[in-house]
Amino acid sequence: MSNFFSKSDLTRQDADKIVSETLNNCDDGELYLEESKSESIVLDDNKIKSSNYSSDLGFGFRAISNEVVAYSYSNEISKDSLKNSSENLKSTLKSIKGTYNHEIPKSNKKFYEDINPIEQKSLDSKLEVLNKVNDFLRKKDGLVKQVTASFAGEQKSIEIIRSGGEALTDIRPLIRFNVSVMLEKNGRKETGVYGIGGRQSYDDYLKNDNWKNVCEEAFRIASVNLESKPAPAGEMKVVLGPGWPAILIHEAIGHGLEGDFNRKKTSAFHDLMGEKVASEGVTIVDDGTIDNRRGSLTIDDEGTPTERTVLIENGILKNFMQDRHNARLMNTRSTGSGRRENYRHIVLPRMRNTMMLSGKQTQDEMIKSVDKGIFAVSFGGGQVDITSGKFVFNCTEAYEINNGKIGSPIKGATLIGDGPSILKEVSMVGNDMMLDPGIGTCGKAGQGVPVGVAQPSILIDKMTVGGTKL
Amino acid sequence: MVKDQEFLKSKASYCLDLAKKMGATDASVTVGHSISETVNFRNKSLEASDRSDGLALSIETYLGKRRSSISSSNLLDENIKTLIEKCFETTKITPEDEFNSLPDKNLLAKQISSLNLYDETRFENDKKIKYLKDLEESASSDKQIINTESSFTENKSNFILANSDGFCDGYKTSSFAASCVTVAKDENSMERDYEFSSKRHLSDIKQATDLGNKAAKQTIRKLSPKKIGSEKISIIFDKRISKGMLSAFASAISASAIARGTSFLKDKIDQQVFANSINVIDKPDIIKGIGSQNFDSEGVNSNTLQLIENGILKNYLVDTYNGKKLNLKSNGRSGGTTNLYFEKGNISYEDLMKKNSRSLYITETIGHGSNLVTGDYSVGATGFLVEDGEFKYPVNEITIAGNFKDMFKNVILANDLEFEYSVNSPTMMIEGMTVAGK
Repeated sequence: MSNFFSKSDLTRQDADKIVSETLNNCDDGELYLEESKSESIVLDDNKIKSSNYSSDLGFGFRAISNEVVAYSYSNEISKDSLKNSSENLKSTLKSIKGTYNHEIPKSNKKFYEDINPIEQKSLDSKLEVLNKVNDFLRKKDGLVKQVTASFAGEQKSIEIIRSGGEALTDIRPLIRFNVSVMLEKNGRKETGVYGIGGRQSYDDYLKNDNWKNVCEEAFRIASVNLESKPAPAGEMKVVLGPGWPAILIHEAIGHGLEGDFNRKKTSAFHDLMGEKVASEGVTIVDDGTIDNRRGSLTIDDEGTPTERTVLIENGILKNFMQDRHNARLMNTRSTGSGRRENYRHIVLPRMRNTMMLSGKQTQDEMIKSVDKGIFAVSFGGGQVDITSGKFVFNCTEAYEINNGKIGSPIKGATLIGDGPSILKEVSMVGNDMMLDPGIGTCGKAGQGVPVGVAQPSILIDKMTVGGTKL
Repeated sequence: MVKDQEFLKSKASYCLDLAKKMGATDASVTVGHSISETVNFRNKSLEASDRSDGLALSIETYLGKRRSSISSSNLLDENIKTLIEKCFETTKITPEDEFNSLPDKNLLAKQISSLNLYDETRFENDKKIKYLKDLEESASSDKQIINTESSFTENKSNFILANSDGFCDGYKTSSFAASCVTVAKDENSMERDYEFSSKRHLSDIKQATDLGNKAAKQTIRKLSPKKIGSEKISIIFDKRISKGMLSAFASAISASAIARGTSFLKDKIDQQVFANSINVIDKPDIIKGIGSQNFDSEGVNSNTLQLIENGILKNYLVDTYNGKKLNLKSNGRSGGTTNLYFEKGNISYEDLMKKNSRSLYITETIGHGSNLVTGDYSVGATGFLVEDGEFKYPVNEITIAGNFKDMFKNVILANDLEFEYSVNSPTMMIEGMTVAGK
């Protein structure tokens, strides 16, 4: 555990005193202290291109009264610096008075271990794996023209001090291993990318030469794309594979169910609570409590223990995701969804691991039922316009479906749909729910946080595919 | 107050001395300090205030051709010492790379001329509040606007870049940015749009009322959109989208993408890439320019570069490492372009709109649909159907797709270039792209 007060003229007693005195007349707020250590090692173009280590330390001080949030951060943990921040907060909120809510739920559950993945594996052994990846792929096939492989590891220690001196702590490990391969055949180039990660040590992910599976998958995607034809353009049926394609759920539904957009009534979902927003059989949860997952958190960045929040149950909209601020203003409770990228940023309600649960059908049944459509297996990123509800995501591996059979692979195309109506177009839900491999980062208001997704195969009756072939 | 040059210089030389003492053959260090204050408004009242004060340090140590780096926000001498030790230990076991080196000494910037990038004016939060009140008052004057969110950010930064070849320089910069996001609603739809202004000097920021009015107008006109059918159609890109096209082009000609062979523009130097009327320029020395710089992130002098001349690709964006790989000298573009722009075309905006009896005008794209390896482009889009030069109705839930190689050769530019951002483009038309809709 980081001791944030050991190398500073600021003692814990000072901090408690300044926090309590600053937040005394506010509705909520806290001092958030954070120390992070991270590394990134990249092999590219046959060489170790970069090895970077970084350490970051700082605090963010937040005071909230009514609808106003005052925030001040600094990377200097000292008495002067905290007092300055306190003055800043007080001057913003000088004319607004509140009553501090001391209540915060408690839990003893932990969803990952207190480890520092960076120190658990020597730099030498990480370099060795990256070099093995490069050799393995280049020997595998003469078409391989470029290989990039990387490790990213992090340990983040946080402490939250609330008015009255209550303190909450968490230590969060996070790792990521990624491989990108480019193939060239007859002048045509295509890439394939695959990665794995989570809140665990590198070795848990790389045991039994698991890195080879990551290489094989990246290579397979690139090979498929070498044979791809121009994608069709227009509305058609779409079968989504299980796992990572659930970023459709994340973009189409997830963001629109975050508390802030609904409090402000700028989400297309704000007046749909209790209404049918999806086909029967569609259940979606946002779960921060799955062991070692990328999107899991023991406590959120306000200190609330995370939970499994049911968002949509059998087609009916049940809950929004809330942080303390939006929950208070909407007269509900925090769902443990208050997150921030780091101490430089304010807390926002965010997703954790967003999952559509399994149904009864098989992927085979779905494909057989489609006369003309596409089968999308893997995706790059996605994006949503919360207000209009329109969302997109980009296929990185997809195939035509003709007369119930999978046909040729098609080039990367953007799929576009309408969030509030897309889940009503879901006509089959598969029995094969799968978690994604642990690679997602969600962006909102300039802040990136690690998230997970999961879903079974699903059949969507109508979606617009943004290819070039009319 | 943002830390002065003396403080940053002393930290930088402390780092360089320490690295040398430990046995590093070369080292480079950047130390920066930045203070910014933001006020956020929502529906005509204060929503948030945010003050940030951040120091940042990054160091690279070399042992011959071995290199590694560290970064930190903790500038206490004791912490710096631990980090440099760790950095140098890592350097020792990192494999050699023949292209690793500090920039060539004779390319380093020598004379630093003032580009007027710092405005010391302090715009107190009370003044920000007054500005945002005026802005939101004008943004919400139409009843169809149901939500307004706006912000004003003031930033002051200072930095020093130093390396063991004796380079040691840096300068203060400032920026002021105002933005407004509005949501409009009618019986059929809810839509969002925005407007912003970002400048080095406070006095150049757009009038609050103009910004608010423009955001509202751009949002209201999007209400009750329709989806159109799938077809080939000529597309007109609003300036805010056409400048994105230019950024995609810049990424594709970065020396790193070229050296790795992962760009559709590899080996295209001296070849026709754009229509022959097109010129693209990157100019680092525009006075008060948002992208202006005296030298790049390695200290290399940067001069104006003509990237595209009459449609022909003339230069890549070269940094030291990738330059050595490609056998090219750095042209001071480590860190990318500076003030990048298309030279204006010779057709007016009005004539461009009337060029075809029917075209699609795009005001927003979503998704990450640019593949720089293949040049394939496919994104979600929002805009307007244009008939006989007039906006007929708003359009959404469509995608537009093509390949940059073909798209670039069909670019037609209007003559309405303005220097608002670090990347600037006139309104652009590209004929023969595919729209996917109904």
